[in-house]
Amino acid sequence: MTKKIKNLNLNFGPQHPAAHGVLRLILELDGEVVEKADPHIGLLHRGTEKLIENKTYMQAVPYFDRLDYVAPMNQEHAFALAIEKILDIDVPIRAQYIRVMFCEIGRILSHILNVTTQALDVGALTPSLWGFEERETLMTFYERASGSRLHANYFRAGGVHQDLPAGLENDIAKFCETFPKIINDLENLLTDNRIFKQRNVDIGVVTKDDALDYSFSGVMIRGSGVPWDLRKSQPYDCYDQLDFKIPVGKNGDCYDRYLCRIEEMKESVSIIKQCLARMEKGPIKTFDGKISPPSKAEIKQSMEALIHHFKLFTEGYRVPKDEIYTAVEAPKGEFGVYLISDGSSKPYKCKIRAPGFSHLQSMDYLIKGHMLADVPAVLGSLDIVFGEVDR
Amino acid sequence: MELCNYKKKLEIKDLLTGKMNNLIDLEKKINSELTTKINKTSIKHNQIYVEIDKDDLIDVVLFIKTNKDTKFRQLIDITVVDYPEETQRFKIVYLFLSHEFNHRMILSYSINENELISSLTSVFPSANWMEREVFDMYGVNFKNHPDLRRILTDYGFEGHPLRKDFPLTGHSEVRYSEEKKKVINEPVKLEQNYRNFDYESPWEGTKYIKEISKTNDKKN
Repeated sequence: MTKKIKNLNLNFGPQHPAAHGVLRLILELDGEVVEKADPHIGLLHRGTEKLIENKTYMQAVPYFDRLDYVAPMNQEHAFALAIEKILDIDVPIRAQYIRVMFCEIGRILSHILNVTTQALDVGALTPSLWGFEERETLMTFYERASGSRLHANYFRAGGVHQDLPAGLENDIAKFCETFPKIINDLENLLTDNRIFKQRNVDIGVVTKDDALDYSFSGVMIRGSGVPWDLRKSQPYDCYDQLDFKIPVGKNGDCYDRYLCRIEEMKESVSIIKQCLARMEKGPIKTFDGKISPPSKAEIKQSMEALIHHFKLFTEGYRVPKDEIYTAVEAPKGEFGVYLISDGSSKPYKCKIRAPGFSHLQSMDYLIKGHMLADVPAVLGSLDIVFGEVDR
Repeated sequence: MELCNYKKKLEIKDLLTGKMNNLIDLEKKINSELTTKINKTSIKHNQIYVEIDKDDLIDVVLFIKTNKDTKFRQLIDITVVDYPEETQRFKIVYLFLSHEFNHRMILSYSINENELISSLTSVFPSANWMEREVFDMYGVNFKNHPDLRRILTDYGFEGHPLRKDFPLTGHSEVRYSEEKKKVINEPVKLEQNYRNFDYESPWEGTKYIKEISKTNDKKN
């Protein structure tokens, strides 16, 4: 007598606490071993690129906050840099330091979320409780600078929207003193933890060649031993003047990626400290009245400023015809903007290159042959945020 | 199972400082090796822009990926630019990155609306989803693609949203119907028409006012 055995198809998500948002993963299981994974994405698709084509350059900035919503300002940075390169304008040094500092705060925000939720996925609850308290502090820094905790809308082509409020620099400096202790606490809980290591070491291994072929970037490629970081290799803003190191993994498994993230947070703290030390009083956006709006005081004094203000907030500034690809090292990897301008005040096309998109694509390659219980661990270490994958 | 010695790895940062100075050499190299396959090259914003013919895609990509002087080992993204007025409507754009030489390349070619183009999945596995996205958003078809399905839009979606002739508000909207007890698709109903203000000529009024006054003039 023969019995026919059929593989089991399992629907993981879209409502699953370990799916990190709205991922629908269709898994083909042979017993407990995953044979095939087919991620279905797009459940959070909002048509960001289409919307940006219909908005002026200044109105398009907030859409970038809503991509990777755990590190909003890093995305704005890519867009601001793209416009600046086309317009060929200089950014005042204070604005550069402010932008880099907030990008590093964003990196810490993102890495805390990732490291702690990954720990949560494999069974450790405490790190997320400790980590989220620090995220809260960082988000108040966002709020004090930009007016909102998450959707900052703070970076502009040519600088930032406003100068930092009084006292913020001191508070960020104080945070830099206390935060390394928190990283140590997290490390005490996880790095040598037997269960955490059993769940992560040698799981989801990516070789160097495959990391390149699958268009990996950020921690995903550094975890596999490729020393590549856009902050070093193609420096933007003032990164070339700062002193920091790039942690690189060796084995390319989930555990190495965790170690890279922890180490990157320490480097970020050091970058923030350097920015604070070098920051001097000065202008925070370009003086070009055709690009950055005048101050309220000026509007009351000068007719020209009033006209500039009116034109900037109705028509917006025009960007000459050009085509450019600009990328920044976002916490999750290479975040790029491919911008085509046609001389009007709205982008003709704006393609957003999200790192998570190519990372999630390799899910089938990463998980094939692993156990079902490893799916959340691998997914956690990919650092997926659906805001940017679905756009 | 051993702890990776990542602390030691921190010192290799010096390896990272590549320079973007030999772009001109690269341009010469590409032009001399691929002579007839290259239509145009230019250098702008520290990037090299290359235009080719549709049929040479696989050859050119294989060359720039494997040649020891180019080594564009990473496909960053694939996208399309829609120019509805032109005869060759779609411009297909490929972005490449070379880690070794720290170069970025933007490769492009134009096609007509219903032309079939070859898939890059055999050269770069990561092209799979990127091409699915292009298919979904612009309706460009690929040959030899292993799994060409829609990716970002809803199951059963019709149309290609990023084409310039697709309206911003879309054609249909989704809601839960209390009577039918299920999610249904309906044509979009808006309380107010979508208005696109034409701020560039404030003295003549916006486009729709111009149109109204034109029709009024005709009536009179």
